[in-house]
Amino acid sequence: MKYIDEFRSKKAVEHIARRIFEIMPKGTTNIMEVCGTHTQNFHRFGLDRLIPENLNLIAGPGCPVCVSDQDYIDRAIQLSKQRNTVILTFGDMLKVPGTNSSLQKQRAEGSDVRVVYSAWDALSIAEKNPNKSIVFLAVGFETTAPTLALTLQAAKKANLHNLFFFSALKLIPPAMEALVSDRKLKIDGFLCPGHVSTIIGSRAYEFIPKEYRIACCVAGFEPLDILEGIYLLLYQIVQKKPRVENQYVRAVKRNGNPKAKTIINEVFRTINTSWRGLGKIPQSGLRIRDKFSNFDAEKAISIRIKHRSANKKQRGCRCGDVLRGIIKPSQCSLFGRTCTPLNPYGPCMVSSEGACNAHYRYK
Amino acid sequence: MRVTKKEGRFAWVMSGGLARQVNIQMVPRVRLGDYVIVHAGFAIQIVNPQAARQTLSLLNEIK
Repeated sequence: MKYIDEFRSKKAVEHIARRIFEIMPKGTTNIMEVCGTHTQNFHRFGLDRLIPENLNLIAGPGCPVCVSDQDYIDRAIQLSKQRNTVILTFGDMLKVPGTNSSLQKQRAEGSDVRVVYSAWDALSIAEKNPNKSIVFLAVGFETTAPTLALTLQAAKKANLHNLFFFSALKLIPPAMEALVSDRKLKIDGFLCPGHVSTIIGSRAYEFIPKEYRIACCVAGFEPLDILEGIYLLLYQIVQKKPRVENQYVRAVKRNGNPKAKTIINEVFRTINTSWRGLGKIPQSGLRIRDKFSNFDAEKAISIRIKHRSANKKQRGCRCGDVLRGIIKPSQCSLFGRTCTPLNPYGPCMVSSEGACNAHYRYK
Repeated sequence: MRVTKKEGRFAWVMSGGLARQVNIQMVPRVRLGDYVIVHAGFAIQIVNPQAARQTLSLLNEIK
């Protein structure tokens, strides 16, 4: 078994798609997926054409770049302007427009902004540049958090004094709770993220069916995984028996990865934090613990923003409404006209995991 | 990605004919031949082959 081909079998996909049509209830059913890779693969594999029209699959706030708020982007840009500073980031952050610039523009103007594949790459870059401040833009969810925590611990062990982490790490379950508490949204079920769940476990969502009576299913990323996840959600919805189901049993356990959770907890503490489109959500962010404050960019380096009040939104961009599932990307007046992946207005069009980007590329 | 070699905190994994080094601190019990889920250079979980078969067979039960 290679864990890919088997889960892309055309015959099996057709079989499950037929079953979805058979059990589909009348009226509109809203299912939200909270994972950028689900968004991307759903469109990439053309699964949108295999489901009933009254099944509304909404892309939620599962793209880390998309949910980072404008203030964070502006501060990262400000940091990149400081002398002897190297900014390290995952690729998608480069093009995200800040209020007046982007990291890509700063790089063109001479700032040292580098794209890395893994947080671990930061260690060798810090070692090779002892006279420079290396700032890692720590953006991501529970999957990325332990990779940053392990890197930070390794930096401490190696006695590195020039590596700093600027955390905008976020937690998925509090965001899901904020979404179900929003009365404008009528979510019938959540397709829960695969990789985030390998870390936190399916247990982390159990409060959702219990307290809000909303169906949940953790699903993998292959076409069969996604469709089977949708089927299992519909089954729960039809039966009116919401619970947390786990379609992705090959990688997700009820308790997740306890080792990874311990690593996160050693380095980070939870804080209230702002999400683009969703506002401030209690206990939904991760901040570096005080005992590692030498590595916390916000404490170790002064990050000044000259015109904080200049923090204005991109005119016409409705990324926030897309992230909450209030509108579909094509309902934004900028979509596909002035806002395209080559010239994005908002982060949902920048990131390959963003809903607007996926809609634009595959439709 | 299949683990082909372990070296302390790291392991070599094969994916699509390419060998890559990944950090295995989050999956200390990983063994040679295991498949792992990799995120940004770190193995985050060991794939359970029995569970994978279970998922595929469940599909046939959905009738």
